[in-house]
Amino acid sequence: MRRVNVKDLFREQRAFELRAIVAGVIAATLLAIVAGRLIWLQVVRHDYYTDLSQGNRARIEPLPPDRGVIYDRHGRVLAENTPAYQLTITREQVADLEVTLAKLVGFGLLEKEDLPRVRQLLQTRRLFEAVPVRLSLDDEEIGRYAVHRHELPGVDLATRMARFYPYGPVGVHALGYVGTISEDDLKRVDLKDYFGTAAIGKTGLERSYETDLHGSGGFREVLVNAEGRSVETLGGEKPELRIERPVAGRDLEVALDIELQRVAEEAMAGRRGAVIALDPWNGDVLVLASTPTFDPNKFARGISSVEYRALTSDPDQPLYNRALRGTYPPGSTVKPLMALAGLEAGVIRPQDTRLCRGFFQLPNSRHRYRDWKKEGHGTVNMHDAVMASCDVYFYGLAATLGIDRIHESMSRMGFGKPTGIDVEGERGGIMPSTAWKKSAFKKRELQVWFPGETVIVGIGQGYWSATPMQLAHATAVLATRGPHFQPRLVRAVRDPVTRESTPRAPVPLPNVVLKDPDSWQVIVDAMVAVTTGPRGTAVRAARGATYSIAGKTGTAQVYTVGQQEKYDEATVAERLRDHALFVAFAPAEQPRLVVAVLVENGGHGSSAAAPVARAVFDAFLTGPQP
Amino acid sequence: MISEPIGESRSRRTVTHGARLLAALRLDGPLLVLLAMAAAFGLLVLYSASGGNTGMWSRQVLRLGFAIVAMLVLALVPARFLRMLTPLLYVSGVLLLVAVATLGDIGKGAQRWLDLGIIRFQPSELMKLAVPMMCAWYLHDRPLPARVSESLVVLLIVALPVGLIAEQPDLGTALLVAAAGVLVLLLSGLPWRYVFAGAGIAAAAAPIAWMFMHDYQQRRVLTLLDPQGDPLGAGYHIIQSQIAIGSGGVFGKGWMNGSQAQLEFLPERSTDFIFAVIGEELGLLGQLFLIGLYLGIIGRALFLANECKDTFGRLVAGSIALTFFVYAFVNMGMVTGLLPVVGVPLPLVSYGGTSMVTLLAGFGILMSLRAQRKLVRT
Repeated sequence: MRRVNVKDLFREQRAFELRAIVAGVIAATLLAIVAGRLIWLQVVRHDYYTDLSQGNRARIEPLPPDRGVIYDRHGRVLAENTPAYQLTITREQVADLEVTLAKLVGFGLLEKEDLPRVRQLLQTRRLFEAVPVRLSLDDEEIGRYAVHRHELPGVDLATRMARFYPYGPVGVHALGYVGTISEDDLKRVDLKDYFGTAAIGKTGLERSYETDLHGSGGFREVLVNAEGRSVETLGGEKPELRIERPVAGRDLEVALDIELQRVAEEAMAGRRGAVIALDPWNGDVLVLASTPTFDPNKFARGISSVEYRALTSDPDQPLYNRALRGTYPPGSTVKPLMALAGLEAGVIRPQDTRLCRGFFQLPNSRHRYRDWKKEGHGTVNMHDAVMASCDVYFYGLAATLGIDRIHESMSRMGFGKPTGIDVEGERGGIMPSTAWKKSAFKKRELQVWFPGETVIVGIGQGYWSATPMQLAHATAVLATRGPHFQPRLVRAVRDPVTRESTPRAPVPLPNVVLKDPDSWQVIVDAMVAVTTGPRGTAVRAARGATYSIAGKTGTAQVYTVGQQEKYDEATVAERLRDHALFVAFAPAEQPRLVVAVLVENGGHGSSAAAPVARAVFDAFLTGPQP
Repeated sequence: MISEPIGESRSRRTVTHGARLLAALRLDGPLLVLLAMAAAFGLLVLYSASGGNTGMWSRQVLRLGFAIVAMLVLALVPARFLRMLTPLLYVSGVLLLVAVATLGDIGKGAQRWLDLGIIRFQPSELMKLAVPMMCAWYLHDRPLPARVSESLVVLLIVALPVGLIAEQPDLGTALLVAAAGVLVLLLSGLPWRYVFAGAGIAAAAAPIAWMFMHDYQQRRVLTLLDPQGDPLGAGYHIIQSQIAIGSGGVFGKGWMNGSQAQLEFLPERSTDFIFAVIGEELGLLGQLFLIGLYLGIIGRALFLANECKDTFGRLVAGSIALTFFVYAFVNMGMVTGLLPVVGVPLPLVSYGGTSMVTLLAGFGILMSLRAQRKLVRT
């Protein structure tokens, strides 16, 4: 036998004792390792973990700034911030989501088409978050919600600040609107500042002055537990948390006269078109109207896809800013400027006459350029030609001047380039020249300028196109007889805290200086004759005015109906009519206001456009002063 | 009164009274004091870890009371009687485990509970005591160190219940039961070469064990190696508990003032991860205090085990003492990021009744066993 098979109790006891001591030493060693680990965590790495634990419990909550308020020239509020009520759903408080959604549809608080979107939205948020499912409720909807509130646990009303435009659609194309921030918007702003902001300027002043209006966002730290819920205290104490207050956006004082704007829009009476009214002495834009209009409040409070589609598919294109982006042939409204160009170039004197037989022919050409008056105006001098809007006179003048001299003169007045008004999106139109044609056409044979193309430029047709803003801007030079200002909407920017206003000085453009200053009077007299003379084209519209108006009517050929648009007899017939134009300033002797009116497919400038201008002048010059 | 004895002699007499009482109840004074201190410390920490939840706290006090009763009763049971009962205890324990596997309750994704109508009972807890007792019972009248064949029988005795428990799955308890059984073998004087050979085999078998592990168990091991790999998922527990401990510093943020614990960043803050709450609120000092208590308990228990009269008593007592250590070490190692996350409570501190009862019942048995003093060579 290898081993005595007998229990040796003492030996076993000694063996146990030894093992117990070894075990005890091992246990003590391992516990010492734990202690060492604790020293590593709590002494050596203490600062590191302290920082981590701070970051863990303080969450940053955005504090969006108040958007700047927009006032008109008389201090009337055009855009402000008011509370809007939104409908929220907190999923963890809803027993059965589908039942709740069905009820909301039943009470007319949600649309059935919206349900998939709402479900998806709710799924992406945390259970305890109050998720907005409707951005704005009207009073009636709030009432309905209040009645059924007890049946809708987990459905709440939440308040947020939303943009409100008290005048609704009036002036919308100048003010613009704010809307939900899109991916594109995020590219052009500082993300840090827009952390908590819900809306951003999309068009108009709201967009162009976004930086001023928005201000900068703040934040505050809130205590949260790991589930992200905010809690009030920590172990009975209120720890100190950081807060950075938001800086409110700056207020804008704009040149608009919102009541005058309303007059202009109402005078348009549902027709498509644009009205501009300028103070020629500083460039102030008192009216910037494009019709039809729309209600910017829809965008500010969350427009529904149905409403948005209705706006974009409207054939009258209410979203289109005709005043700044619509380019039209200026038509006869440019005749005073053409006359001035002729005088300045020395190719014609006021007393020089031309015989108008109803058409004009270039030498060596059989093509007849017709006058709007078939039988002709007879013998006319400059004064008569402007007053009666004789086409033949200006065909001849244009042919004599040549396109490049016309281009040079008209460019001084601001044609062919944006006026520089402080709102984004303005277009520059086209002031043709030989150089322009070379660059505008790819094909060689199309790059050549033909003399016939010059002839029709003489009456504001052909390649020439301009925005209503450009027409008013150019006419303003005639009103001031030289001084010229860049049109502007914002007159001053006001600090919301100090209430201190920083005026923006008018932006002067190079004065238009004539070789013979008497030429101004010749042109102005002719324009006054338009509204007062025996053959004036706008006499009817100006009848009974207590001030004198210097104006010029215009009628422009139409191209708005495109090839691919549906043929609808009633619509097309109306849309093939000429555009009606009218530019004017008053009082003629000491001009205070320049007005340009365009009525799409209005027919004649005298009957469609001039009365709109008259209404604006009346309201401004003789109406009650605010 | 004039006849009143002076204070000093009176206090001496009180001590003598107490010693007599302890002897009569067959309790060990120092161990009792250490256990009481650890339990009291545990209750203090739990109050904060539960966020001042008095309901939870009073339930824990109730359980502690129940555990103390179990300890007192078991201490009075004669050691001989305990030894006699051992095979019965072990066999019924295994049968109960089989019952759990077939008709147990599902709780927290694992099948661990047996619903006995009045109380829900976790047979695996019983095995923490039954397995070392059975091992000791098998070895106690055999000459020691045991032969290889006998050692293999012991391993079989351990493996059967451990396999059933691991299958539930409850890795933490399986680990503790296995440790309790293997410790008996080690304490019985298994030759060192077998010990090292066994360790070598275990290391070699690790990859195979890996294949049998549940996904979440594998993840826990991986997470230990790289907690930042999945900071909001598997690594969350480890990261959060280390932040809690590390931000506590030497003195802690103060009782009830731990931001990690009070704001519920720390998961399982009142159960398995309560050690992190101690670290955050009471700091390094609080944790070292507890480690010191544990060390005292283990040392005293090993000392008492060595005092036992017979082999059965020594082996069981020694296993109970060292299993307590394994409890403490695995839990603290897991919370401090030294070991993978295994569901092992912090002894005498974590919320939850079963482990508390098993632990104190074990110490009751230990005290009963040492009541029979050892032989003294004359």
